[in-house]
Amino acid sequence: MASPETKSSASVVAEATPACWSCGTMRAEHFCHACGKVQPPVPVDYFRFFGFPRKLNVDLAVLEREFYDLSRKLHPDLYARADAREQEWSLEQSSLLNDAYRTLKDPVRRTQYLLRLEGVELEEQSKTATEKARATGEIKKQVVPPDLLEEVFELNMQLEELRGQKKMGEDDPALIEEIGKQKLELEQKQETLLEELRRDWNEWDKAADSGSEAERLAVRDKMVDLLNRRNYIRNLVRDVNEVLEN
Amino acid sequence: MTSDRIVGIDLGTTNSLVAYMQGESPVVIPGEDGSNLVPSVVALDERDQIIVGNAARKYLIETPERSVYSIKRLMGRGVEDIQEELKLFPFRLADDLQPGEVLRIKLGERTFTPPEISAFILRQLKRNAERFFNAPVTKAVITVPAYFNDAQRQATKDAGRIAGLEVLRLVNEPTAASLAYGLDKKQNGVVAVYDLGGGTFDISILKLHDGIFEVIATNGDTHLGGDDIDNLLIRIALDDIRGDLGLDLSRNGEAVATIRKAVIEAKIALSSQPATHLDIELSGGKRYQREITREQFEQLAQPIIDRTVGPCKQALKDAKLKPEQIEEAVLVGGSTRIPRVRALVEELFQRKPHTDLNPDEVVALGAAVQAVILGGGSAATENMLLLDVTPLSLGIEVAGGVTDKIILRNSTIPASATQHYTTQIDGQANVAIHVLQGERELASDCRSLARFDLKGIPPMTAGMPRIEVKFLIDANGILHVSAREQRSGKEAEIEVQPSYGLTDDQVEGMILDSFDYAEEDFRRRQVIEARNEAQTILAALEKGKQSPAWSRLTTDEKKQIAKLEKALNRVKSEEDYTAIRQAIDALNQGTMRLAELMMDSAVSTALKGKTMDEADMGEGPAAGHPVAKAEFE
Repeated sequence: MASPETKSSASVVAEATPACWSCGTMRAEHFCHACGKVQPPVPVDYFRFFGFPRKLNVDLAVLEREFYDLSRKLHPDLYARADAREQEWSLEQSSLLNDAYRTLKDPVRRTQYLLRLEGVELEEQSKTATEKARATGEIKKQVVPPDLLEEVFELNMQLEELRGQKKMGEDDPALIEEIGKQKLELEQKQETLLEELRRDWNEWDKAADSGSEAERLAVRDKMVDLLNRRNYIRNLVRDVNEVLEN
Repeated sequence: MTSDRIVGIDLGTTNSLVAYMQGESPVVIPGEDGSNLVPSVVALDERDQIIVGNAARKYLIETPERSVYSIKRLMGRGVEDIQEELKLFPFRLADDLQPGEVLRIKLGERTFTPPEISAFILRQLKRNAERFFNAPVTKAVITVPAYFNDAQRQATKDAGRIAGLEVLRLVNEPTAASLAYGLDKKQNGVVAVYDLGGGTFDISILKLHDGIFEVIATNGDTHLGGDDIDNLLIRIALDDIRGDLGLDLSRNGEAVATIRKAVIEAKIALSSQPATHLDIELSGGKRYQREITREQFEQLAQPIIDRTVGPCKQALKDAKLKPEQIEEAVLVGGSTRIPRVRALVEELFQRKPHTDLNPDEVVALGAAVQAVILGGGSAATENMLLLDVTPLSLGIEVAGGVTDKIILRNSTIPASATQHYTTQIDGQANVAIHVLQGERELASDCRSLARFDLKGIPPMTAGMPRIEVKFLIDANGILHVSAREQRSGKEAEIEVQPSYGLTDDQVEGMILDSFDYAEEDFRRRQVIEARNEAQTILAALEKGKQSPAWSRLTTDEKKQIAKLEKALNRVKSEEDYTAIRQAIDALNQGTMRLAELMMDSAVSTALKGKTMDEADMGEGPAAGHPVAKAEFE
């Protein structure tokens, strides 16, 4: 399962933007630069929607400013008195804008989205997927990152023990403290991975500039691996939280 | 145009208000009794007439079985999820209620759905506004708790339709409040709006940036408010009475209503004084008397007030903000007058809350601001734009009864997601989709929104059809679903069964039913329209008198016009619209020659080479007939 934002109209890129339906004068994208009217949505990817190159370093201040500017042009509030067709377009355009902003603003989602545009399906190791697999009897691909194998094994044992204790209505403060400590470490590891990901972004953007296919594929695979590890840790932290909070 | 005036409505659990933008600032429109607040109470009087607001309050005590309050608690809900409410509130459900049917409440011998009862309140507000403007009001912005789900929002929209209002937008209450706040204090920064009303609690965290009001996170509890404190106090009083006086009054509607009134007064008193005295006269000459201190009250109310802490912390967490990053905590809702609530907000956000706004009115005022924005804006609202979020995640039930979330909570709306479906068996023509709202993993723990049946899928082998379903949450926070079979390009037909709500047909039926009660409204509207027209013709006549053509009328003609004018002036303030119309027609006829003369003089003036400006003929050449063209007041 991919995250929802990556499902819509990602792969189609519009070649050219047509003339404004209303005044016909200007080449128009989301709204007409001449008369300001909203345009029917053209399927473009989220980077293109903001007029950004398909690169991973995004200036968040610029992104926010663009988001606000486009909101002021596309939001349904501005078309409350327009005809039904324009209202419809504004609704679609602004939902596309919001979906795009939400995706690009978050470093992990942005990377996942770009990888999907590149044709990579990430293993979504979500809890939903786990439950689904459990329900259908399928075996879910859940690769433990090798460098975490030992830690994960131990943590799972401890979690099992705490679950058992909780069922009996007791908890061992020492065990809780130990699990808490490991959780903290895992969270730190997530941070480290994020920093690593940012370094990969630079490589990706450089490869995009140089046009080197080999470099591009190399960094792509690096990022896929990194995100899979990060997702794995994220789910682990979620499991820990669940046991600790229940 | 006056008839296009859009009002802002706060449809509250305890009180409702209607407001509009007067020039640069929003103001509340008072009712006929001069009061800004219309209590959200609906009663059926002896003659089976619907009574709303202050006038209905006495029925709560006199004929509790013919009156209802706090109906907002039942909006968009099913029988199975109001069991708690039924223990605490004197709601009387219809006896013949079928499972899965929309709730119906008994008022006397008649039954009404919650949207219909809310529509009575809305109609009263509409009437107040029409009386105030002396013009019909047909468009409104209505506020809802931010944490309202799809069904509750839909029910509110239905109520608007039943009341004869076009609901241009549902705005979240805390967000509306922030608009009123932001209009006042033009400042950038992050604010938290803490809204504890009669029956609902919301917390919204917003970023204000050069006129953009961007909600970052919202949370809440749609069944938490001052009502809960009242119910607690009622229960204690009933226990006391049973213990001290040996009377069990819990089933005595009249006594409970009397006690409720008294404890509410005590609660309000304790916000400004350290102690108060409860003194309730019971039937049979008995009295219940008790001294209550603020300290005791706070101890009792603390567990209820504390229930707001969880949502606040969650909202901060979702916004990825620490309390010290909140630059202002704005208080909204009557229950924030309670000193203990203020103290809690201060603890939560580590600063003294902003209490300058009238907590009862600010939501309606904000709705009025949004109404102007939707109407095209004004100098005061220039650059103001609200970017709100959906409070709850939207999900789809997948194999194993698990929720697959497709739009996460706190996503800016409009928001959309696309899902692909296929068939399981050869030639399968239908696919069922179950849409859920909520944060829980299991579908059965989430709120069922609707079941969609995709129909008419072209016959293909299993797994071949590729049906793309688009889910879109609009700016009202309401879900829309569309589907397309991608291989055939056919628009798939969707049949929606709302889990808790009225179908379109039902709403249409209620609109028709409402005419039973709306006869009064209709008549009133006719009067208002006729009065407007009278105003127009009289104004045009005034202009005609200033024109040179006037002097060319004979004395008799002038006398006749004066007589007709006087007649119209006399009937125009009366309630009989046919009389007003007749007088208008008469004056119209009587001024025909004046109109012709004005036209002539305009023409001859033009022939003499004068410009139209010099020719004294009012509003330009089109003003030939004084009635045909005149400004609308």
